[in-house]
Amino acid sequence: MNKITRRQALGTTAGALAVLGITAAATGADASAAPPASTPPDAGTVDEVYQGRRIRITPGTGGHHGGHHSPGLPTVLIDGRELHVMRNADGTWISVVNHYETFADPTSLARAAVRELQGAVLAPFAPTGGAA
Amino acid sequence: MTVRKNQAALTADEKRAFTAALHELKRTGGYDHFVTTHNGFIMADTDSGDRVGHRSPSFLPWHRRFLLEFEAALQKVDASVALPYWDWTADRTSRSSLWAADFLGGTGRARDGQVLDGPFAYAAGKWDVNVRVDARPYLRRALGEGVAQLPTKAEVDAVLAMPVYDTAPWNSSSGGFRNNLEGWRGANLHNRVHVWVGGQMATGVSPNDPVFWMHHAYVDKLWADWQARHPQSAYLPAAGTPNVVDLHDTMRPWNDVTPAELLDHRTFYTFDTEPAAASQR
Repeated sequence: MNKITRRQALGTTAGALAVLGITAAATGADASAAPPASTPPDAGTVDEVYQGRRIRITPGTGGHHGGHHSPGLPTVLIDGRELHVMRNADGTWISVVNHYETFADPTSLARAAVRELQGAVLAPFAPTGGAA
Repeated sequence: MTVRKNQAALTADEKRAFTAALHELKRTGGYDHFVTTHNGFIMADTDSGDRVGHRSPSFLPWHRRFLLEFEAALQKVDASVALPYWDWTADRTSRSSLWAADFLGGTGRARDGQVLDGPFAYAAGKWDVNVRVDARPYLRRALGEGVAQLPTKAEVDAVLAMPVYDTAPWNSSSGGFRNNLEGWRGANLHNRVHVWVGGQMATGVSPNDPVFWMHHAYVDKLWADWQARHPQSAYLPAAGTPNVVDLHDTMRPWNDVTPAELLDHRTFYTFDTEPAAASQR
C-alpha cells in the first residue's frame, strides 16, 4: 500500500519529491526525484517538495511540539514552520489552515495547506492564537 | 430588545451602521480579541479530550454566547446595531447582495485570494488581518471554490427533522442534530459554508471575515428552529460526562454561564422571523 501511495505521489507531483536532508534554502529549486526509503504505513516520515514548498512530516513520538495539546500527533513542517494539525475520531485529519475540511492522511493535509498558503509563510502558533 | 434580521432585508443605512461598528471595534483592538479566542478553542477542542467550542454538544450554546458577547461589543459602539444572519440556503451565490461593495465586498482575486472591494478590502486601510495563521495581512476569500454548492433548504430540513440533540461519544463522530448541523457528519451544513467562503473563513481564524458572525447567527437561528420543531427534545448530555459540557456545567472561557441558561434565545434577542411552532409541522 505504501509503495502504491508513493508511486501515486510521484505521478501527481511530477518528480518533485525531494531527497531527505535537502536544505530549506533549496526549496523552490528543482529537486531530484528520489523517493524516501520504505516506511511503515500510517507512521511514515515524509520529506518532499510540493509546489515549491518543502513538506516534512515526522511521526508522533509522544513528545510535545509547539502548542500541541495531544502527544502522539505527527509534526508537520512546511518550509520548516510547524502546521497545527489534529486527528478526528474517524481517523481523518484537519489543520489550522483547512479547519473545516477533512483529509485522509497528513500528506494530503499538508499539500492542501501548501495550496491554501499560495506561497505565504506559516505564522508561529500559540494556544492563545496565531498573531504574527 | 435586539432583533436579528436577515442580512438580505437590511436597509442601506443598517448596512452602513453595521460596517461602521465593525470598523470601530477593529480600530480599538476589540475585534481581534474575538478572533484570538476563537482560534484558541479551535486548536484546543479535540475529539478525545476537553472540547467546548467545537465538535461537542456545546458547539451551539458556546457560539450563542460568543455571538452575544460580540454583539454587545458592537452595541457599545452603536446601540442600534444587531447581528444580521445569512441564510445561505437562500442567498447562495457570489452574486448575492451580501457580497456587494456596499456590504461585505466580493470574492478574492485569483492570484492571492485578496478581497479588493468593499469596506474590508486591505487597501481601504481599515481591516488589517492581525491574528493569523500565516503571514498574509489581507482579507481573502474564494467564494465557491473549495466546494461548489452551499447547503440547500432540503438538506437543512433533513437535519432539522432529527429529533435527538446529540449522541455519545459527543464529538465529531456523533449522530444527532448537533453534529449534522456542525457538519462533521451527513450532508455537512456549517462546516461546508466555511469551506465555500474560503480564505480566512476556512481556517481557525475564521472570525477575521465579518461573514463569520452572519453565518453563525444563521446556525444559531437553525438551533432555535430545531427547538421549535422538537419541544420535547432536550440539550444532551444531562450530567456526568467527562471532557464534555453537560447541561448545567459552566463553559470556558466565561466560566459563569451554562448551556441551560442559553437554551432560550428570546432571553437575549428575537429574530425578524421567529421559529414556527411545532404545531406547524
